[in-house]
Amino acid sequence: MKPNIKIPDFSHTAVVDQVGIEERASRFTKRSIKNETKMNGLLLALNMIDLTTLEGKDTVGKVKQLCTKAMHLHKAYPGLPTVAAVCVYPSMVGVAKKALGDSGVKVASVSTAFPSGQAPTQVKIDDTKYAVENGADEIDMVISRGKFLQGEYNFVFDEIALIKEICGDARLKVILETGELGTYDRVRKASDIAMYAGADFIKTSTGKISPAATMPVTLVMLEAIRDFYYKTGKKIAMKPAGGISKAKLALHYLVMLNEVLGEDWMNNEWFRFGASSLANDLLMQIMKQKTGIYQSSNYFSID
Amino acid sequence: MAKINNTNDEQRLEVLKTYKIYVGGQFPRTESGRYYVVKSKNGDHLANVCQCSRKDFRDAVLAARNAFGGWSARAAFNRGQILYRIAEMLEGRKSQFVDEMTKQGLSLKQANEEVNLSIERLIYYAGWCDKYHAMASTVNPVASSHFNFSSPEPTGVVSVLAPDDSPLLGLVSMMAPIISGGNTCVILASSKYPLSAVTFGEVLGTSDLSGGVVNILTGFVDELLPYFADHMDVNAITLSDQSESQVTLAKEKSVFNLKRVFQYKNINWITEKGQSPYFILDLQEIKTTWHPIENIGGAKASY
Repeated sequence: MKPNIKIPDFSHTAVVDQVGIEERASRFTKRSIKNETKMNGLLLALNMIDLTTLEGKDTVGKVKQLCTKAMHLHKAYPGLPTVAAVCVYPSMVGVAKKALGDSGVKVASVSTAFPSGQAPTQVKIDDTKYAVENGADEIDMVISRGKFLQGEYNFVFDEIALIKEICGDARLKVILETGELGTYDRVRKASDIAMYAGADFIKTSTGKISPAATMPVTLVMLEAIRDFYYKTGKKIAMKPAGGISKAKLALHYLVMLNEVLGEDWMNNEWFRFGASSLANDLLMQIMKQKTGIYQSSNYFSID
Repeated sequence: MAKINNTNDEQRLEVLKTYKIYVGGQFPRTESGRYYVVKSKNGDHLANVCQCSRKDFRDAVLAARNAFGGWSARAAFNRGQILYRIAEMLEGRKSQFVDEMTKQGLSLKQANEEVNLSIERLIYYAGWCDKYHAMASTVNPVASSHFNFSSPEPTGVVSVLAPDDSPLLGLVSMMAPIISGGNTCVILASSKYPLSAVTFGEVLGTSDLSGGVVNILTGFVDELLPYFADHMDVNAITLSDQSESQVTLAKEKSVFNLKRVFQYKNINWITEKGQSPYFILDLQEIKTTWHPIENIGGAKASY
């Protein structure tokens, strides 16, 4: 962290206007996006995906298959971009790294006792170290929501800072699990803590809790990023995850991103979608735009 | 207490029905917000009817595809029970159909015949549901050590262009063989006589048929035919009294996913030619199974 960043008192973070946020978020869904703009948006969204498999039943074969999908999305359309990254459990990082080779697709690993985060600090450290040593380019950690809700903000802050140190060159995504935080005010507070503690990304959800990412929650976090940028000059990336499975919704998110943070954030360095089934819906919409024919999922690879 | 005195037929202002479409078990309006006017024989305004767009069709196909798994997996006997139930429901609303059809210009005799035969036809296909397999399946003689047999399976989602000359019976006669064979369908009602088709949707909606198995749209053939024919998630299309150029267009557009194309032309639906198990078999695919056995021809009957 830059020494000139002054850490604020987290018991006094900004409050969120709930009604205002929800109205503003719903307005982003009213934009009409057609033709070339739509096509560009779909391709951009595709390129922003962290293609994810986080199941107890993940196998080496499943992860290899996902990596192949990440690199070769739909061969019937030459020149498609790849997704941004593949997101797996630490035990699968080595497999994914090898499968992806020099394709440019990054390997993201969840860590710190994902998804609950209910483990001793040493376990979280080892978990993260293991992922980094196996070649993870990005670490998706979870915050200790229990501690956060108990008001132990320093604990949460220190834990994030500690994991950031272990990450080294790997970029750190901090999962707030907004579905467990309950209010927009707490989401805002958790976002601030994560950013000041050294997060490179803030991320909404694990995908294991409902509600996962919603547009209002993402808007609160985007505004936190904006305010942090104005205060410190440091850019933080955003990753909504969970529940975004339709191309249309992804486009709404891009509209929101553009109107809150602007074009500098409109690439996969600064914005990601944590999703699995979104990729195929985007591909189907892209093929519809290209051919004018409504598509069937039968002609797209399973992810 | 004063009696409310506008309950006599002369004084009462009749409540008019909004004719909506039937998609996924719901009765939405068209997403396009468009409508066209249906007039009686002597030019009176009968109703405003939805002029469906390609997006309504897309949504209907999605509903039909989602319903396909459940409907095709039902026991054939149970499908028969549900078809019979549709007939029961139609019987109870006979007078409404007769009224609608006479308003649209059919004679009382014609209208009665349409409804009565529609009920008969549903019963006819209800009976066939668990019998056509036995009729169409074969055990095939083969030269290797296999027990080889073929049986029909539903083809999937079928798009249907209902005929103009027979507003209810034509639609029922095209729909019943499709669903009795385990398929699901999206039907474009006759644009000339759409009212009884919409009301038939209400019959379906109250007859144990799962939402999405049958979807009924209203609108114009020229606008919708290309999408009915080229949608990649539609497996077959059945046409009725469309022109030669329309049929050619349907055939050309169907090649993208090798849809089956059938035209039931000049079929007088009130005759026996209007009902046949072969209408069911048109929309079945034959699956052949090679089951290894020890010896040929039962020389040692050990399978």
